Amino acid sequence: MSFRPRLAEGTAPVLVVLVVLLVGLAIAGPAYSSPEGYLALLKRAAPLMILAIGQYFVIVSGGFDLSVGALVTAGVVIAARLIDGEDSATAWVILLVLAFGLLVGLVNGLVTTVLLVPSFIVTLGMLLVLDGAVFLWTGGAPRGALSPGFREFGRGAVDVPLLGEVPWSVLILLAILAAAVLFMRGGTGRALVAVGDNEQAVRLSGGRVNRLRLLAFVLSGLLAAVAAILLGGFAGVSAQVGAGLEFRAITAVVLGGVLLGGGRGSVVAATAGALSLEALFTLLNLLGVAGALESAVQGVIIIGAVAYASLGVGLRHRFTRTTTKQPATASG
Amino acid sequence: MRTTITLAGISKSFLGVPVLRGVDLELRGGEVHALMGENGAGKSTLLKVLAGVHRPDAGSIEIDGVEHSFAGPADAQRAGIAIIHQEFTLLPHRSVAENVYLGREPVRRLRVDRRRMVEETARLLDWLGEDGVDPTAPVSALPVAQRQVVEIVKALSTDARVLAMDEPTAALADHEVELLYDLVRRLRQRGIAILYVSHRMREVFDLSDRITVLKDGAFVTCAPTAELTSADLVRHMVGRELGTLYPERADPAGLGAVRLALRGAGNARVREVDLEVRAGEIVGVAGLQGSGRSALARAVFGVEPFTSGTLELDGVATRITSPRGAVRQGVAFVTEDRKGEGLALRQSVRDNALLVRRSALPPRRGRAAVDLAALLESVNVVARDEHQEVRFLSGGNQQKVVLAKWLAVDPAVLVADEPTRGIDVGAKKAVHHLLRELADRGVAVLMISSELPELIGMSDRILVMHDGRLAGELPAGASETAVMALATGHGVGEVA
Amino acid sequence: MTVQEKPLPVRTVPARTRSRGFAFTPTVVVYLALAVLLVVGSVLVALRGGVLLDQAGLLNIFTRATALGLVAIGQTIVILAGSLDLSVAYLVGLTSLVAAETMAGQAGMIVPGVLLALAVAAVVGLVNGLVITVLRANAFIATLGVALVLRGYLEHNYTGPAGEVPRTFQHLGYDRVGPVPVAALLMLGIAAMCWWLLTRSRPGYHLYAVGGDLEVARLSGVRTRRTIVTAHVLCSVAAGLAGIYLASRLGSGAPYVGTDAGFDLESIAAVVLGGTLLAGGRGGVVGTIGGVFILATLDTVFDDLAVDPFFKDVVRGVVLVTAVALYARRTVRRQS
Repeated sequence: MSFRPRLAEGTAPVLVVLVVLLVGLAIAGPAYSSPEGYLALLKRAAPLMILAIGQYFVIVSGGFDLSVGALVTAGVVIAARLIDGEDSATAWVILLVLAFGLLVGLVNGLVTTVLLVPSFIVTLGMLLVLDGAVFLWTGGAPRGALSPGFREFGRGAVDVPLLGEVPWSVLILLAILAAAVLFMRGGTGRALVAVGDNEQAVRLSGGRVNRLRLLAFVLSGLLAAVAAILLGGFAGVSAQVGAGLEFRAITAVVLGGVLLGGGRGSVVAATAGALSLEALFTLLNLLGVAGALESAVQGVIIIGAVAYASLGVGLRHRFTRTTTKQPATASG
Repeated sequence: MRTTITLAGISKSFLGVPVLRGVDLELRGGEVHALMGENGAGKSTLLKVLAGVHRPDAGSIEIDGVEHSFAGPADAQRAGIAIIHQEFTLLPHRSVAENVYLGREPVRRLRVDRRRMVEETARLLDWLGEDGVDPTAPVSALPVAQRQVVEIVKALSTDARVLAMDEPTAALADHEVELLYDLVRRLRQRGIAILYVSHRMREVFDLSDRITVLKDGAFVTCAPTAELTSADLVRHMVGRELGTLYPERADPAGLGAVRLALRGAGNARVREVDLEVRAGEIVGVAGLQGSGRSALARAVFGVEPFTSGTLELDGVATRITSPRGAVRQGVAFVTEDRKGEGLALRQSVRDNALLVRRSALPPRRGRAAVDLAALLESVNVVARDEHQEVRFLSGGNQQKVVLAKWLAVDPAVLVADEPTRGIDVGAKKAVHHLLRELADRGVAVLMISSELPELIGMSDRILVMHDGRLAGELPAGASETAVMALATGHGVGEVA
Repeated sequence: MTVQEKPLPVRTVPARTRSRGFAFTPTVVVYLALAVLLVVGSVLVALRGGVLLDQAGLLNIFTRATALGLVAIGQTIVILAGSLDLSVAYLVGLTSLVAAETMAGQAGMIVPGVLLALAVAAVVGLVNGLVITVLRANAFIATLGVALVLRGYLEHNYTGPAGEVPRTFQHLGYDRVGPVPVAALLMLGIAAMCWWLLTRSRPGYHLYAVGGDLEVARLSGVRTRRTIVTAHVLCSVAAGLAGIYLASRLGSGAPYVGTDAGFDLESIAAVVLGGTLLAGGRGGVVGTIGGVFILATLDTVFDDLAVDPFFKDVVRGVVLVTAVALYARRTVRRQS
């Protein structure tokens, strides 16, 4: 097998967008003339990028996960209540939050695959349940506090030889991204995309469709829990910490050229989409676009990017369709 | 006066790549005009130009001397052109009548006149002799053959002067094909111009008055059917001579042990099936649509598993309860629905060819390196490279990818349901040779085909199904009449 | 028909066909569920010494159902067409503001206020529809983007309630016939109109076709783009009506009245609860209204039982998933 670098279709546009934004940042903000500035950006973007990776698995296999925002909130609120400032509780609470994310993903996946409910509805239901249940349990407002040890992952940095101070969250992000890329190159990852494309073909090829889709939801839940740990450390405890993150993650994935409905797109592009989104917010801030108008600009840009992607892809398709008639023997 | 439709110098490019180059076509009322060509020759695009789906870049469409320019399918319809597309264009959840009048619902006092829709549909159905179809039934409740009838009714209900049919028999059982012939001839009598696109030589010679051949988007020839032989046609389409011979059959003495055996196997759709397929043998399964021939294939592969009787692989009784189980026990299945069930169309040639390996084999075996290049070469796939998405390949090349994904796991038994459906002559021949090569390598092949010449030409033995049972077995080279007699339920006694 | 030269035999077709007997369609199921809920709710409330379906209770249910009902009717139309609208929540807030600010407390400005609010809604719907059809953006993303634009506008220009509706206009929000608010009757009237439009008119037929299979509809000569754009305009106008109604009840426009109620996801929930296929092409307004009343009744029962408000969300989520799971089961059984 050759591992020559190859851009999956749909990756190029988002990389262009990202580069433009980064250059824009360098021009607009003096902080972005040094690597530290970009490292800070990456640190800020890490939770969204991790969420986007999780969302990518679900979307590329043909589903939706609307529950990740609520799951992030739930993770942070649960951690705060259980730790309550006690540093000694950090380790098991982190494990518990991860297990909780896994469980939520498992339930999402099982209801989708076994009860055959569209994932949009399942995860919408999960969103309602999580929002309600967490606050029912905490009595309406988040209580307790996170321990410094817990917050270290979202806030702290570690000395890496050659690179200097690198935030924990960036390291975690890179590890997850690397694992995701390897996973998507492997047989299971390819089969996951194929499920999003044609479930029946995978089934008749002997694949376990339900298990693959379940896996996507579990990964999404787990990564949402990781994002919760980072965000809790970075932003602190609040009831709004995860609000709207599901839409932001989906937007990031779509911005990365991943097809809603499944069957096409790369995980690197989805992650780049998330980074672009965060870079966009940063740039808007630097340019002094009033906080309120920020979402309006964001809306316009999202529509523009998606429209560009779909119109562009449409043209490319027709082109490829007609060029396939020049035969050339397949080569490995 | 009889209608004449003239398409002159039609050209169409997509982003600068020409698909049609100055094609001429003349249709006369009261003729059946066959349009032939290999896949990719431009037939479908020409049909879509006629249907108003595509706008031609150059050229004109004249109907009775009046030039027309269609902005969309609705315009073409209004001009009296109706198309029966290759894929069904019906909405499963809507009723037959709603489908027939889709886009042209009669309106009375602001509301859709449902009564009239239902009555008109019923009249047309009666006229076709299909009074078994309930106009108010949802299409999803109809068998495939009746859906084709609905398609035809839908086309007829538009006051069509021109009826273009794209592979209309692809989904029909043989006796329904006869009905369709009959119908086409009646439409011809009434002065309708019929453009008939088909890959099946026999249909074209049975039905058509004239034949137009396209190749690589250009007009090759147009001649009365009577003046052409099938060899001429193939030469025009392919541009070279293609022998009509099927690969040589297996030597009965050289056959191996029994690899697949069914004893009294049955489920809801097939009953009491006994059969054996030996290593090196191609056993053909004939039968009308709905006779259980596809159900048999799907049962062997575990899609709808057998519920009674036994299934033996290499002499060992086993149970196959899922496609995964089948694959893991060495059974491969080429589905009749290539796009719906066979391929993940947006994925690359590579990913499709490795799909079975990755999905069904245990990780260690599945991950073992496979020589993909050799695999693709062995089935002779023509693609830009292994990363090209399979939806951009021709039907024939897509089917070769399907075969490749099964070859990648070295199956012991191959069940092929309509392996050459909808692919052109050249590709058909390639698939035939591939199947025979597989058999020669010791694979037991069970092949289903509704094209009798192909089935007879390929099979070492022919099993005929009727009404969910095996109606009989015929030796290699049996006549079509013998097969049909069994398939239609005339019993073994009369033909044996 | 030119192929028929002599009169054809006429087959007698019953005028009201489809005599397939009683079937548990999702619509039937949802109303049965509503009935069961009303009975169970009444019993539970009675156990705590209250009455669910007294004057106040009915009023409560109907009032809750009115705004959500209007939004959900619109959502039904776009979902049937195979689309989706996530911008309705902000649009409700925006139209309430447009109406209230235009009226500015003067009775004479009621008509212009209403018309302007509806015009703004129609324009937003037009934009949604055009972005989806012309720019070919996925409906989910397109309407999410439009929602963000609306949100930006609202956040930039408003910090709280603004404008004032005249006293006479508040009759729309508060008048009632017996226990039933006039506005609820108007909502049901609009639902009836939409039912007629969807099941009896040609555009309605085309809407189902577009939602069922876009390509089939296009090949059959249906103007698919026009159909989708129309659906979005109707959906937004329905959301606009909800905004106007809420302005009349609140006495002023409120930027976040739609988002606080979660009308975007809530309306989708009501539609799906009512048995409409999220993928489009199947379902209808009648079921949606059933779904809306189930949600409204649940809320009222919980209020009467003084249940923790967060518990409501949990129950809603479970009800939604369970309902759709039941519908899914049914479809699978029928197909096999």
